[in-house]
Amino acid sequence: MAKSLFEKIWEAHEVDRDLIYIDLHLVHEVTSPQAFDGLRLGDRKVRRPDKTLATADHNVPTDGTPTANLIADELSRVQVEALERNCDEFGIPVYSLGSERRGIVHVIGPELGVTQPGMTIVCGDSHTSTHGAFGALAFGIGTSEVEHVLATQCLVQRRPKSMRIDYAGELGFGVTAKDLILATIGRLGVGGMQGYAVEYAGEAIRALSMENRMTICNMTIEAGGRAGMVAPDETTFEYVKGRPGAPADFDAAVERWGQLPSDDGASFDTEVEVDATAISPMVTWGTTPGMVVQVTDQVPDPNAMDSPADRDHAKRALAYMDLRPGTPMTDIPLDRIFIGSCTNSRISDLREAAGLLDGRKIASSLRGMVVPGSQQVKTQAEEEGLHEVFQSAGFEWRESGCSACLGMNPDILQPGERCASTSNRNFEGRQGAGGRTHLVSPKMAAAAAVEGRFVDIREWS
Amino acid sequence: MPMDPIDIIEGRVAVLDRSDVDTDQIIPKQFLKRVERTGFGEFLFYDWFRSGEIELEAHPILVTGRNFGSGSSREHAVWALKDYGYDAVIAPSFSDIFFTNCTKNGLLPVVLDEERCRAVAGAGEARIDLDDQTVNCAEGVFRFEIDEDIKHRLINGLDDVAMTLERGEKIDEFESAGRADHGPITTSL
Repeated sequence: MAKSLFEKIWEAHEVDRDLIYIDLHLVHEVTSPQAFDGLRLGDRKVRRPDKTLATADHNVPTDGTPTANLIADELSRVQVEALERNCDEFGIPVYSLGSERRGIVHVIGPELGVTQPGMTIVCGDSHTSTHGAFGALAFGIGTSEVEHVLATQCLVQRRPKSMRIDYAGELGFGVTAKDLILATIGRLGVGGMQGYAVEYAGEAIRALSMENRMTICNMTIEAGGRAGMVAPDETTFEYVKGRPGAPADFDAAVERWGQLPSDDGASFDTEVEVDATAISPMVTWGTTPGMVVQVTDQVPDPNAMDSPADRDHAKRALAYMDLRPGTPMTDIPLDRIFIGSCTNSRISDLREAAGLLDGRKIASSLRGMVVPGSQQVKTQAEEEGLHEVFQSAGFEWRESGCSACLGMNPDILQPGERCASTSNRNFEGRQGAGGRTHLVSPKMAAAAAVEGRFVDIREWS
Repeated sequence: MPMDPIDIIEGRVAVLDRSDVDTDQIIPKQFLKRVERTGFGEFLFYDWFRSGEIELEAHPILVTGRNFGSGSSREHAVWALKDYGYDAVIAPSFSDIFFTNCTKNGLLPVVLDEERCRAVAGAGEARIDLDDQTVNCAEGVFRFEIDEDIKHRLINGLDDVAMTLERGEKIDEFESAGRADHGPITTSL
């Protein structure tokens, strides 16, 4: 019988009814301390420390602080120290402050080569869907489930429904993976993928680099999806090859991975078709990632919306964002630019942004920040001289971490500040209480930095 | 962790008439730095409460809009709701991770369609019978669906980890059959 990528992975990991085996458990400091406490209370061990990997990312200052002892915020420091202590106690490898392998958990997994096709991967973080870009089944879990996976290496899970989104044609000039996923969320809505494992397929997806596929899978959760995935292909194998975690017998692994893509005739509970050629550069205007329009559009009018719930939500969003219906998106002045987060902080993202900034200056009214996704991304970018491009343009070049994506560290927006951000969430207060976030691609963020407002990247030179 | 068993939840209803309420609103990030499971209630809806945008009584039941608990996987959102005083949340839909987190902490998530949510909100009081799978209020008796296994765990307050450890032989079999051998070994990177 024809099977989908999702079905193949699911079935290969079924231990028992509604119990699936987890190949890799990624751990970070925010959602794990209570799980480790639970283990201690129950006098339980970590079943497979060799399938577990930890890093510190959410709390980490990005201004060059060398060790956890120097995190000025006491609570942040306590949390990072707890992670280090817990990993030591339970034998889990941890890349904390000071490690060259430290970085955002969803950046370091792929970078170390521990994210591979066909695997099941979980982490106490909703953006775990990122790893699905490799043809893995990856999803975010809560702290109780973190404890469960630590203790049993398994997860109690009902089989989700399946969805395939087929993107026909290629993305146009200046249109990126970020625009593709924002447009998709805008179309399906923030609950549109709820209960589904989603496979992104089609010509437009095949043409994308691994970094871009990660950007797409990363934001699956913003449409409520359980997991997002892309079938593995040569691009995937090439990316994994030679990395520290890559299989010793790589050819045998490629042989196995080659069997993973959905068979012809595989069935899905829902199928969606999208014309990739029609997608434009996107900008969010509201307080959910689904409140998004093309950069050439205007701020929408809530009164024109059909459902009372949408109308009500849009009105509140516009009040929070201090925007008026009918304002062209390109007329919105900005205070801050943030290039970073598990969505868009990889080397290709930084190259794209730097490519547009070379020889230019950011608007004098702006503060711009570039936060590489990991220490390795940072090192590579510096080897390529990208940091000099950003710095001469007027950007701050920072250490790696989650940074201003969620503001659990000192990198936050001030109340009322408006930021073009390459991150994934424009929720109220996400980047700092009272801060206003517009989600965009790295290219759009770079161009907006120069102009001090959004521009249509396709016509900007 | 073992939970308090759920049988009947009854009492007054607090109403949060908003859709797509994300976990960043339920418990903002600055309160995620605690390393305990307790004490989150006082920070519930911190920005909305502090600005006076909304007020919510700590009744046993909260009724709200679709896609409640979207966004971040932070279980702190559930700990905060429970600590504040809620034993059940009724909504037309929940985000997947939030829903699961509720069921691991004895906070009962009840899915009713929008019209019925409004009816319960209007009634102001309700009685939820988990065994019966009904919400009983002045506007009527509404049946809700819930996964049998989840219901069983909630009614008996069972510890998930202990239950899975009882299936330890199956996990041993899976591993000894070589089915867990393909992944990377993180301890030898």
